[in-house]
Amino acid sequence: MSYLADVAALARKDLLLELRAKETLPSMLLFVVAALAIFHFALPAGTSHAAALGLLWSALVFTALLGLTRAFVPEREQGLLDALVLAPCDRSAIWLGKAIAVFAFLAAAEVVALPAFAAFFSSIDGSTVAAVALADVGICTVGTLLGAMAVAGHARELLLPLLFLPLAIPIVVGGVGASAGAGPRYLLFLVLYDAVFSLLAWGSFEYVVAEE
Amino acid sequence: MIRARGLGKRFGERRVLQGVDLDVPAGGFLLVTGPNGSGKTTLLRLLARLAAPSAGELELPERHRLGYLGHDPLVYRELTPLENLTLFARLYRIPEQGERVGMLLERFGLWDVRHERVASFSRGMQQRLGLCRVLLHEPELLVLDEPTNALDADGLALLDGVLADDRRTRVVATHDPERVGRLATQRLALA
Amino acid sequence: MGLIRAQNRTTAVATLAVLLLGSALGLIFFYAPTDADQGFSQRIFYFHVPIALTSYVCFAWGAWKALGVLRATEDPERVERNDLESYVAVHLGVVFGALTLITGSIWARASWGVWWSWGEDQLVLFLVLFLFYCAYFMLRFSVAPGRQRANMSAVYALFGVVLIPVSFLAIRLSKKFIHPVVFTSHGPQMATSQLATFCVALAAMLLLFATLYHVELAGKRVDIRLRELRELLT
Repeated sequence: MSYLADVAALARKDLLLELRAKETLPSMLLFVVAALAIFHFALPAGTSHAAALGLLWSALVFTALLGLTRAFVPEREQGLLDALVLAPCDRSAIWLGKAIAVFAFLAAAEVVALPAFAAFFSSIDGSTVAAVALADVGICTVGTLLGAMAVAGHARELLLPLLFLPLAIPIVVGGVGASAGAGPRYLLFLVLYDAVFSLLAWGSFEYVVAEE
Repeated sequence: MIRARGLGKRFGERRVLQGVDLDVPAGGFLLVTGPNGSGKTTLLRLLARLAAPSAGELELPERHRLGYLGHDPLVYRELTPLENLTLFARLYRIPEQGERVGMLLERFGLWDVRHERVASFSRGMQQRLGLCRVLLHEPELLVLDEPTNALDADGLALLDGVLADDRRTRVVATHDPERVGRLATQRLALA
Repeated sequence: MGLIRAQNRTTAVATLAVLLLGSALGLIFFYAPTDADQGFSQRIFYFHVPIALTSYVCFAWGAWKALGVLRATEDPERVERNDLESYVAVHLGVVFGALTLITGSIWARASWGVWWSWGEDQLVLFLVLFLFYCAYFMLRFSVAPGRQRANMSAVYALFGVVLIPVSFLAIRLSKKFIHPVVFTSHGPQMATSQLATFCVALAAMLLLFATLYHVELAGKRVDIRLRELRELLT
């Protein structure tokens, strides 16, 4: 299908850009490991597993924010959204391609973060990994849309955390609950969040990049 | 091709354009002149469907039949010319994209550097790549905002070739009407 | 003509609001029975919950107008009108939201002796919504006025209104309940007199919103006209 080919071309473009620039992914990797190390020193001895999990999720959310903030930088610095938006492809393909690329970076960071967490604190189980994967979907779909909004204004990178963090709170609720083994309801909640907000983001992206 | 009646544009309370009337037939060449801040860029963005009018009527071809070159050449600096044009060829659904991309790169003297990152190019070369991008999908309407700005002597000669082609409608904003305006069929001076 | 009709309507709504507010206050302090557990301070409930519900109505109204912004692509005037209406609704929603947090905090202090309770999930998630909609204003300040800002504000307002039920679900998932559950699936667990007082208070708050909405809109429209006239003269 033509739409999927567009998405693939755009995702490939974003991955290529990062491969050449080598800025975002190394920062995310360093940041998440450093954050986990700081949390180790910040927590008093004998802290419960649940509290440590909470910090894992905080680290993941802020690492994701780092990646999302960089997501639209090439387009903004070179005014390229103008060129992309004039093409006959569906504008939501721009959003989906970029969300996929950010997801890839986030997953790569987590491949390092989760074992690091297991080494620094306590082991993690399958439902944590599932929760992280589901949460990533929500973070990337919503965060990419908000990233496009943030980049259009003059507050730029300062605006994205403000826009994103309130929407990230339900993700953290679901994620921590699932990681703490409080039942499959939390994973289902994450699925619901992903479904609802991804659909909304997919439908509304074209308005965010529409004409002035 | 282009028809405007009472076209106006404002951003909030700031009125940038007012009462612009245009009638550009297919194959025409409109030259837009005016001092800085007179609204040239805004008018061109309106004609490129990148901005919507606040007042008046505007008839234009569909957005994928347009080509726009703004103050920036609008190419990815970390990609090569080949990668840039292949991406846009894919997005514009161009058949036989390999051939078309190759032909344009040769015409604009970029074939030899097709595998090098655009970031290493001079501004003139980047602008030439921008021209390639704009011509890739053979638009009916070309909207160029100060295209002479960054070009070197070779580039200017190539631009002349593009501007002389009257199979497409051309709208050009410029500070240098002497050079560019020789072929213009219509002029609009903004105050 | 339209202006005079609008003024009459606003005056009528305002009068009704004042009447209802007066009645509500009277009922709250003199008619509603004193609660067995919490005593006199329980009456804050008659302020807190209607204000909270009204702020949800504000956000929903703002989202409805936001849909109007997104649908009116060809008509710049309709875009502006809907954008202004959506903005005013969200703005009032944040005001009522702040009042919700304040009254909730007072109620918490009176009932449980703490100004804030993180275990108190409903209050916390209202804080989330409040933060979300404050970011709405940061977004508007950051982008130049125009169609793009109207579109973005509209999309963000829609995200907000979807966040409300999602947040409610998140509350239900977390098991801590200090907040007394008054409305259960079996209907309100209140005596008739309490229910009557509550309903009057709710109606009063909703009409207060309507009044403030019309007044603020009228004021902003006059501002815009003034600026347009000033521009025409220069």
